[in-house]
Amino acid sequence: MDIIFQALMSVLSIKNLLLMTVGISAGIIAGALPGFSATMAVALIVPFTFTMDPITGLATLGAIYSGAIFGGCFSAILVNTPGTPSSIGTTFDGFPMTKQGRGEEAIYTATFASAGGGVIGVLALIFLSIPLAKVALKFGPPEYFWVSIFGLTIIASLASKSLLKGLAGGFFGLLISMIGIAPIGGDVRFTMGISSFQGGVEVLSVLIGFFCIPEMLKMAGDINKQKLEDVNVDKQTGVLMKAFLNTFQKPINFIKSSVIGSFVGVLPGAGGNIANLVAYNEAQRSSKEPETFGTGNPAGLVATESSNNATVGGSMVPLLTLGIPGSPPAAILYGALMLQGLKPGPELFTANVKITYSFMISLLIAQILMLFIGLFTGKSMYKIVTKIPDRILVPSVIFLTVLGSYAIRNNVMDVVVMMISGFIGYILKELGFHPGPIVLGLILGPIAEKGFVQGYLMGKASGQSLLIFFTRPISIILIIITIFSASWPFIRAWSKKKEKGAVIN
Amino acid sequence: MNVFRKSSKLWISVFVIGLLVFSLVACSTQTTEEPAKEEAKKEASKDDSPKEETKKDTEKFPSKPVNYIVCFNPGGESDITARAQQKPLEEVLGVDVVVQYKIGGGGAVGWQELVNNTDPDGYTVAGFNLPHIILQPMVREDAGYKTEELKPIYLFQSTPNILVVKKDSDIKTLEDFVNYAKENPGAVTIAGSGSYSANHLGTLEFNKEAGIQTTYIPASGSGEAVPQLLGGHVTALMTYTTMGIKHSDDMRILAVASEERVPALPDVPTFKELGYDYVEGAFRGIAGPPEMPDDKVKVWADAAAKVNEMPEFKKKLEDLGFEILNIGPEEAKKLIAEKAEYYEKILKELDLIK
Repeated sequence: MDIIFQALMSVLSIKNLLLMTVGISAGIIAGALPGFSATMAVALIVPFTFTMDPITGLATLGAIYSGAIFGGCFSAILVNTPGTPSSIGTTFDGFPMTKQGRGEEAIYTATFASAGGGVIGVLALIFLSIPLAKVALKFGPPEYFWVSIFGLTIIASLASKSLLKGLAGGFFGLLISMIGIAPIGGDVRFTMGISSFQGGVEVLSVLIGFFCIPEMLKMAGDINKQKLEDVNVDKQTGVLMKAFLNTFQKPINFIKSSVIGSFVGVLPGAGGNIANLVAYNEAQRSSKEPETFGTGNPAGLVATESSNNATVGGSMVPLLTLGIPGSPPAAILYGALMLQGLKPGPELFTANVKITYSFMISLLIAQILMLFIGLFTGKSMYKIVTKIPDRILVPSVIFLTVLGSYAIRNNVMDVVVMMISGFIGYILKELGFHPGPIVLGLILGPIAEKGFVQGYLMGKASGQSLLIFFTRPISIILIIITIFSASWPFIRAWSKKKEKGAVIN
Repeated sequence: MNVFRKSSKLWISVFVIGLLVFSLVACSTQTTEEPAKEEAKKEASKDDSPKEETKKDTEKFPSKPVNYIVCFNPGGESDITARAQQKPLEEVLGVDVVVQYKIGGGGAVGWQELVNNTDPDGYTVAGFNLPHIILQPMVREDAGYKTEELKPIYLFQSTPNILVVKKDSDIKTLEDFVNYAKENPGAVTIAGSGSYSANHLGTLEFNKEAGIQTTYIPASGSGEAVPQLLGGHVTALMTYTTMGIKHSDDMRILAVASEERVPALPDVPTFKELGYDYVEGAFRGIAGPPEMPDDKVKVWADAAAKVNEMPEFKKKLEDLGFEILNIGPEEAKKLIAEKAEYYEKILKELDLIK
């Protein structure tokens, strides 16, 4: 406890707080712009931190990371574009809320949930990092395979209207994910003779295409309709309280999502992109009114935003304890640590314990600063976006999507892919397909494939062959969860029927 | 309505100003600097008559910021080197060095861009790796570039392969490992970074040299292979010296595949010392587009050589486990050709290519 107090004192200097505030704001801007990911924001600032002392440098980087993950919610809520893959699920309920004129409430809710989730993630980091890291290491290739299969069962709840369309979308996503170099074996697949495709299709550009472009085209189509928001933007009262209650009145959803986020963050190779969808799925599954999800239910927003910010703390667990980054931004933080002369691993908890705890505490403070910045800027962000007439908003957003999808990898192909998927996305939307399953397949495809092939090679070496997928304890648990999750819609339908039957009788 | 119009105008101006600020912010960042710069470059070359251009070039090169493309993820070995070189290179060249990323396909996306779409004016170079630039065109139908199309400028560092097991493993020495592998043919698993990487080829070469049979499990990237070892999912790891130093608390290094012992690992024997003729690892350097003029190659090569001599830079890299190399353009070209021949032979022996 003494060390925590000491750490607190060393973080709380004017310089640190100022740099963290700047870091969070910069992170939010990067996160809110589609195409500028948390990874990029952190990578850009690393060189500037070399001249700072370790605590200040790490605090700034941690603040940017938190801010960027949070910032993704703004574009998700206001223009249906996940700013980062971590806020895919935020669009499901956030954008409908904006359409109903509740955008401000949505932003505040997301702010409370993000800060709260972030705090829980950091608390897990401070108090549980050693056991959590041990569990994470137990996840080998077969377990990653099952995690991704479990992830695919989320399709069932995302596509509540038509399971068939959901599955078709999921497979389409899996197929797109196969473009490029095979994660294992290095074969070049389905590049159609375009050598840029060796790098695969970038998830972010598909994301922007599928979520943002159809919405913008739709807005362009209805350009002459007066905006609903013009009428009641200023008249909302008590939104702040409403948002607070949305998040904390039913704490189970919020806590459960944060725990999911923390743990998924700990797993190397899985981050906010998966956590937010898993949490959304769970919130919908356990909800008493699952049919309201996707139509502007703040509970969905709370789930995604608290879980994705909880991954920030979680992803630091394997980094600080074992030197294994839990997410791409954490990998860059690793480089920063090394160049500061700090070696991740046990040494951080002995020789450099003060720096380590200062970093953890700074992450905690970053969440609180984030809360204030979010609440302070939320209203004006909402006002700006809703007050701009569509004829200006639509081209501006499309301009930003082009800029953003180019910036991901400095690759023109990514812009082309974004536009093509935007076009496909528009048609699919008209046909009643949800973009969620497609993106889910795209994200999970490579993880499933890698886990499967690596597990198969391991199994062959140990003489078990494919049996290896069914004999390891964590795998068995994951299989059970997968079966449960996949059959849940049927269980629910069955029990509803029974209930109805009972009433009639 | 009137009020709305007025306020909408206000909001438009606020938004437009905001957009401008955004693009300013975006343009001052390194990743997005590239398009604007390329544009400016193109315009400049259009406006200036060719004579003036050459005159300017002979006067002083470089006279504006240079681009250094990294073809791998931030945080990896290539990126760490580039970041460490950035400031010293700026000192030597006297202009800003802009590090940017072109990631994908195990480096291939960046290299095909360098070869096909980069102005050979000397203002853009890219980091390149051996054996990647040799093996990719060899095993892929179309890697987008050919090995000889990259114009090597300098090779400045290498990371020899090392064979590691977990610190609490019963395998204490390389001899233990070989014996264990002989007793359990095929059951020993070795994880490493990717397919057709120095780790992959190295495992195959070592198998052959030691007369053992092991199963190689490719991960995507050297960092991703580490949890597989620490979690006990594989027997050993064929990785780079840098990883062994990063994780020295959890790993036991059995041997290093270099000609001589590595400065940062003075207690680790080489495979050669232990009787296995096995030397393998990744070499890293910078290369330019195919048409890059020799005088500009020389400016870069001299700068890289000077940076390598800086004691602070050298110490930083050696402490991280890198071996400093000083291989100039001509020698690098020769080395690449030799290695290409060598790898072709191995791949043919192993039936991996026709």
